[in-house]
Amino acid sequence: MSDILILHGRVVDPASGVEAERDLLLRNGRVAVVEPPGALKGVEAAETIDATGMIVAPGFVDVHVHLREPGQTYKESIATGTAAAAAGGFTSVVAMPNTVPVNDSVTGLEWMLDASRGSVVKLFAMPAATMGSMGVELTDFSALHKAGAVGFTDDGKPVLEDDAMRAALSAAARLGVLVSQHAEDTRLTGGCSMNAGPVAFRLGLRGMTVEAEARIVERDIRLLREIEKAEGLRPHLHVQHVSTARAMEAIRAAKREGLHVTCEVAPHHFTLTDEAICDYDTHAKMNPPLRAEADRAAMVAGLMDGTGDCIATDHAPHAAHEKEQEFERAPNGITGLETALGLALRVLHRGQGMPIRRVVELMSANPARVVSLDGRGSLGVGSFADAVVFDPAAEWSFAAKESRSKSRNTPFDGTAMLGRVRATISEGRIVFRG
Amino acid sequence: MAGRTTRKVAGDAPKYAPGSLLTIANVSLEEVSAILAETARLERMPHVERVQILAGRRVALLFYESSTRTRTSFELAAKSLGATTTLVSDKSSSIEKGESLKDTGLTLRALGAECIILRHPCSGAPFLLARMTGLPVLNAGDGMHEHPSQALLDLRTILTRLHGATGATGAITARADSLAGVTVAITGDILHSRVARSNALLLPRLGARVLLCGPEKLLPETALGLGSDQGEGVEIERDFDRALARAQVVMMLRIQKERLAGLELDLADYVARYQLSRERMAARADILVMHPGPMNRGVEIEGEVADGAQSAIEEQVRHGLAVRSALLVRALGAGRFESVTV
Repeated sequence: MSDILILHGRVVDPASGVEAERDLLLRNGRVAVVEPPGALKGVEAAETIDATGMIVAPGFVDVHVHLREPGQTYKESIATGTAAAAAGGFTSVVAMPNTVPVNDSVTGLEWMLDASRGSVVKLFAMPAATMGSMGVELTDFSALHKAGAVGFTDDGKPVLEDDAMRAALSAAARLGVLVSQHAEDTRLTGGCSMNAGPVAFRLGLRGMTVEAEARIVERDIRLLREIEKAEGLRPHLHVQHVSTARAMEAIRAAKREGLHVTCEVAPHHFTLTDEAICDYDTHAKMNPPLRAEADRAAMVAGLMDGTGDCIATDHAPHAAHEKEQEFERAPNGITGLETALGLALRVLHRGQGMPIRRVVELMSANPARVVSLDGRGSLGVGSFADAVVFDPAAEWSFAAKESRSKSRNTPFDGTAMLGRVRATISEGRIVFRG
Repeated sequence: MAGRTTRKVAGDAPKYAPGSLLTIANVSLEEVSAILAETARLERMPHVERVQILAGRRVALLFYESSTRTRTSFELAAKSLGATTTLVSDKSSSIEKGESLKDTGLTLRALGAECIILRHPCSGAPFLLARMTGLPVLNAGDGMHEHPSQALLDLRTILTRLHGATGATGAITARADSLAGVTVAITGDILHSRVARSNALLLPRLGARVLLCGPEKLLPETALGLGSDQGEGVEIERDFDRALARAQVVMMLRIQKERLAGLELDLADYVARYQLSRERMAARADILVMHPGPMNRGVEIEGEVADGAQSAIEEQVRHGLAVRSALLVRALGAGRFESVTV
């Protein structure tokens, strides 16, 4: 690992409260020096990045990606998915457990995290909360935690039953980790392929109601309250991909109440509405679905006011032949790692006036804090040398065919982006140059 | 023969081949008029001339659901124009072996199909087929979405009954005021009805007012989304008697008994509130009665009403044959559509 100098850039590091011109020296995989311009004059390094006009930020952290390995490597692999992450400025990603087989054992977790998988950036994993994600029997939280689990989730599905979710939250609280919930009352969403509402009616598609998301969020918040009272624990609920105004409001109220709730918002949910389905574009099909304009606006508002803790992509690659099906039959999910920054800056920063500092915080310091990644999400001296250098003014269009991901299932092919990643550094290695 | 259909398109390649009919929403009134005019022309045309129009052309009917009226009328229409037809259904093809819609479409294209008529249980399937094959696709009913040729034949039925054939050509034009002052009550299972959607999207553009009528479970408030492009053209009137009192045309929709049971609706109660009965007809002897079929006599409509003097149900079927002839000619860029698509 050779030394890297990043000179002449503007460091935006919310975790250290720095937003100023700074030169950096990365050494031995750590941030060694962060000093005002000129202080590193004369220092030699194997690599020097000229960041003139660029922002230098902590490498982004995505707490919600699907890398499809093991079992579905025709969609994505750990190597290709993390290459896409690097291209998007991400230096840490958290892999969801809905692989084939489900990641519900120490063996499975260790296999996934093994260096021979070829991860380009730092890979973390959230194993299943229940065996096979069947919602019944808890996995071995303690052993999985020792093996590196940063939380537990049955993502792709909810932990539906009260008793199972209560047990999961309690067990995770004892270990000081979170339970990450895919909030969908699947008893209400059978046969549904988009958001319920006038667009679904017009398209003749069955719709998932706001109720189906909000009910699980509200139930989980009630469980937090009950567990705090009855067991004296402090459980941490993380709500994945919030998509409805009602769920966001429930989270806002729970935070005000002092409960330990965090949540993530996906770029597509603050960018698009269900109108994007248009003529049955399966690239606009995901779960939770694109919602109404009022919901989209509530996602923006939540990220602005701090109810939304972080941006997470829910990167969900699928092969072309799977998306080239009838809308109701096509699988849910879109890729997202390479479009997250460009959409966040365009929609939130330029569109809504969100300071770049806040965008960076939502993509680095905050997600790192949500899953307690020590030494990540910051450019403070001694932190891991995870950094992204991006041009905040670059206007470009995303081209799906140039994606590093194995899959091309994105509604953002040809979409205008603001801000482009020029370099991504993971633990002192340059893993992407753009 | 394929050379005859080659079409040149300037600029960006369109997503869908000209002549496709996927949704009624993107068919302009000018096009509706052109379709109606061609319908009238074909109807009057001597048989010997008619069979030349699509002579040697190949049309595939791809049916993933059963159908009597739609399938037969498309097939008879194509044959009467001289086209060769082939029917592929889900029960007698490789679809049973799991062949995808895309591959089925590409296979039909490779076999020389120049146009595919598709009925499919999934909403939006015709869009997929049209994108994947590049062929003109005629939507013959997709899931709960649309049945655009039904809306066109219903329109022709209404215009003919209300205004009679106009002018020496017998053609009817579709203008923004063609149905001004006309109220059409569409009654029954609106939620699951593609016929209701297509009619609610088309008729208000000609000035009609569409009253959607049915219980909440079969007619959610979100149905008003159908009217969003047409201002106030669509409204919900849950009281069938009030709807009938305002309407000149009533379209009854088939009610599936199993569906009522699934929604915990009582059949007897439904019949009492929404059946088009002789008693209800007594108050509205002048109303035009329509039903897209198949009917459940004794459920949504009394048999005597279906067979009565005000019923246009069989006329609808005849107009279906005529309108679908014009749609095939349009899809294949023949007849009066030859010049506009080149």
